Amino acid sequence: MNSRILAKFNHIGFLLVLFTAVVGATAIASNEFYEFETAAQERQFNTLAGELRCPKCQNQTIADSDAPLAQDMRERVYQMIMEGKSNAEIIDFMKVRYGDFVHYRPPVNSSTLVLWLAPLGVILIGALAVWFNVRQQRNASAELTPEEEARMNDIFSNTENPAKPEERDN
Amino acid sequence: MSVRTRTLILLTPLVLFLVLAVFLFKGLFSDPTKLDSALIGREVPSFELPDLYQPDVNHDESIVGGRPMLINVWATWCPTCYAEHTFLNQLLAEEDVYIIGLNYKDDSRGAAVRWLQDLGDPYQINLFDFTGLLALDLGVYGAPETFVVDADGIIRYRHVGDLNERVWRTEVGPVYYRAMQESGLDIPEHRLELVQ
Repeated sequence: MNSRILAKFNHIGFLLVLFTAVVGATAIASNEFYEFETAAQERQFNTLAGELRCPKCQNQTIADSDAPLAQDMRERVYQMIMEGKSNAEIIDFMKVRYGDFVHYRPPVNSSTLVLWLAPLGVILIGALAVWFNVRQQRNASAELTPEEEARMNDIFSNTENPAKPEERDN
Repeated sequence: MSVRTRTLILLTPLVLFLVLAVFLFKGLFSDPTKLDSALIGREVPSFELPDLYQPDVNHDESIVGGRPMLINVWATWCPTCYAEHTFLNQLLAEEDVYIIGLNYKDDSRGAAVRWLQDLGDPYQINLFDFTGLLALDLGVYGAPETFVVDADGIIRYRHVGDLNERVWRTEVGPVYYRAMQESGLDIPEHRLELVQ
């Protein structure tokens, strides 16, 4: 019995090791080949690699992607960081080559305006819906037809003089 | 609440739905892998790359311009390039189109040279971009890609994917031959319709 429990624990332990190995591997995948002089440079690299989109495997950042193109782009980002370039300079460099598409934060212009304003629009529509609803309910409770008023009075007068329970024969 | 405001409010979701439907319907026919080139209207970036055949010969941006030309990005690892190659040979043989070949991150120089020896060489100049330096500056994100460059060295058009008769007739050819016309160069008779 004991040995069976132990075996089970080993099993979980094995899974834990596997899990840490996999998670650890993905976390270092993007900068395992790069050596930085300062921690700030490494932070800059990780920020940019997580913000730039790989044009080849779309919907992946260049940090996520294993495509040769993403490797080239990481290499170029690394070189530019070592040259002391700023985030804005590096992002502009990529935008000149691959267009606005390459940056995961789209600029505000005529073609992306919908993208930026849509959330505001949705909130506005929601707020309007709530406002109309509340107003409607308030109106409904304030105005009673004569029949409704009569019925209401009837109900209230009944509660003031509840029907007496029938007396029981003892 | 008047009947009119009520109708208006009730119609809002329908209108929103229709707008969304039109927007999404249009999305069905757009190809997300076709990116607009940010380089249209700009000069070909400066570069220095070795010749494919002669490793000790270097080319720079001065080979671009002077006349309209195509820059064709290709590699031996790219199956579509294989499909495209026959058409490129045909463009050279039948229309004398001036093409610069940009060999992009190929497995080896030998493989690329063998490819051209076996399939024919439609290129006037062959650049060997082993590390993808120029390709990155051109915003290349795959192969094949073809750029149309005018006589001033300005990029006029970028086509992603293979060149074939249909693409040449409808997209790339007209841009190339318009640039030819502006430079006062001859256009083959059977392609005159492309610039009319």
